[in-house]
Amino acid sequence: MTALRFSRKNLALPYALFLLVFVAAPLLVLFYYAFTNGQGHFTLGNLTGFFTDPNTLGTLCYSFAIAAVTTLVCLLIAYPTAYILANSRFKQKSVLVMLFIMPMWINFSLRITALKEILTLIEGNLAMFPFFNAVIGMTYDFLPFMILPIYTTLSKMDRSLIEAAKDLGADEKAAFLKITLPLSVPGIVSGVSMVFLPAMTNYVVLDMLYNSTYIMGSLIGSYFSAYNWHGGSMIALILLAIICIFTLLTSGMEEEDSRAMGGARL
Amino acid sequence: MKKTSAASGIFIGLVLVFLYAPILILAVYSFTGAANIGAIRSFSLHNYVTLFTTPELRDMILGTLALAFGSAALATILGTVGAIGAFYSSRKVNSGISTINQIPVINADVVTGFSICILLVVVLGISKDTYIPLVAGHVTLCAPFVFLSVTPKLKQMDSSIYEAALDLGATPFTALKSVVLPQIISGVISGFSLAITLSLDDYFIATYTKPATFDTISTYVVNATKGSQTTIKTALWALSTVIFLVVILIVAGSNIRALRAEGREA
Repeated sequence: MTALRFSRKNLALPYALFLLVFVAAPLLVLFYYAFTNGQGHFTLGNLTGFFTDPNTLGTLCYSFAIAAVTTLVCLLIAYPTAYILANSRFKQKSVLVMLFIMPMWINFSLRITALKEILTLIEGNLAMFPFFNAVIGMTYDFLPFMILPIYTTLSKMDRSLIEAAKDLGADEKAAFLKITLPLSVPGIVSGVSMVFLPAMTNYVVLDMLYNSTYIMGSLIGSYFSAYNWHGGSMIALILLAIICIFTLLTSGMEEEDSRAMGGARL
Repeated sequence: MKKTSAASGIFIGLVLVFLYAPILILAVYSFTGAANIGAIRSFSLHNYVTLFTTPELRDMILGTLALAFGSAALATILGTVGAIGAFYSSRKVNSGISTINQIPVINADVVTGFSICILLVVVLGISKDTYIPLVAGHVTLCAPFVFLSVTPKLKQMDSSIYEAALDLGATPFTALKSVVLPQIISGVISGFSLAITLSLDDYFIATYTKPATFDTISTYVVNATKGSQTTIKTALWALSTVIFLVVILIVAGSNIRALRAEGREA
């Protein structure tokens, strides 16, 4: 029996090895490059350089601004959408929900191309409203990722709680604020984490909409084009730190495996 | 009540217009000779002819599909075997694997792509022309999601059947193949489809790891929007329309199959 269990356990070996080589090792190398210079000597220059240069600090602020506004706009559109969908008595509800998820499966660069053509038609010159266009582009790209987790949490919610609240004298508004909204927090947190971080890094959306201001992702892109691995590694490390802080703040509050749900629905 | 449901309907409708209007308008214009949205031109199929006869475009589409199916297949094997192995491993090993598995899921694709490029190309000196960094990058992007979609199925599985198979004389391999695998196959399939959509949608990992002469749909489209070649630009409208139709067909097909299965159960 012990021999049998041993053989099943061994199945974990290739994957563990794979994770070490392609996930853990690249991050270690990133650390090494971030804290060394071109001659291979230890340096804090990349770190202090980032936090003393007004340009890179500006980039950090601009990324936060774009990500925050995009997340807020997505939330303001996605929450009512998910709420209406979850409460709808429409017979073909699954088809309706599918319509909101489907854009996830169409290549994002082609969708942004489509959006760009429409915005160009409306605005004439895209360069006139760079921040506004970036937020629209990001919202267009990430909205389904906000709708799906909120919808999942809302539709799993125990309806009898709301009826109980109403029986106890709560009006529509109080029942929503005291029951529905707090119970949907896991969905909101998942949605926020699936929109906020990509919005800080997906610089292609800005590029395609002719917004030449840098966000954090663009810095990595430009260091990459300049073969500056040390500078790029430091930016990647700073992004990683932001992601870690974000994950620690939200851990335990998220809807489980919500990013994996997109595929489960296919 | 009537009033709120009408308002809900209008809201949902507006969100759908926002999500689909750009793709649909582009689809209409893809069937004309117009070089810009808004210009009125007569019906023409020349965008579709260009799309399917230009070798550069054809190679790019086939290359993207080959990469997606190839890396999704590799990721599915690795992730599934890894999930089974981790499931039967000690709690310590299991939680170690699950933790590292979360890194690429949470991490920004820019960081994942850049770190893999640094390790494989800069440190180990593997040429991008070997496609090894590109495939490794895409498998790293996809395998963790396969792991995540298989693990819940393993937890739901009735483990006594596996033991029974062994008692009846099956070898561990046969028992895994004909007892465990059928019980987790839905997770494996959804992991595989998720892997394909992730690979098809990826831009960042491909940019940092691909050979200079190879393009995926995403990298090609992003570069094409920077250029000013009108024939290519409008041929990509046709590509966007074709992909949109394929996604609709797949979604409709899987929904009809699901409805039929429900009908049979009822």
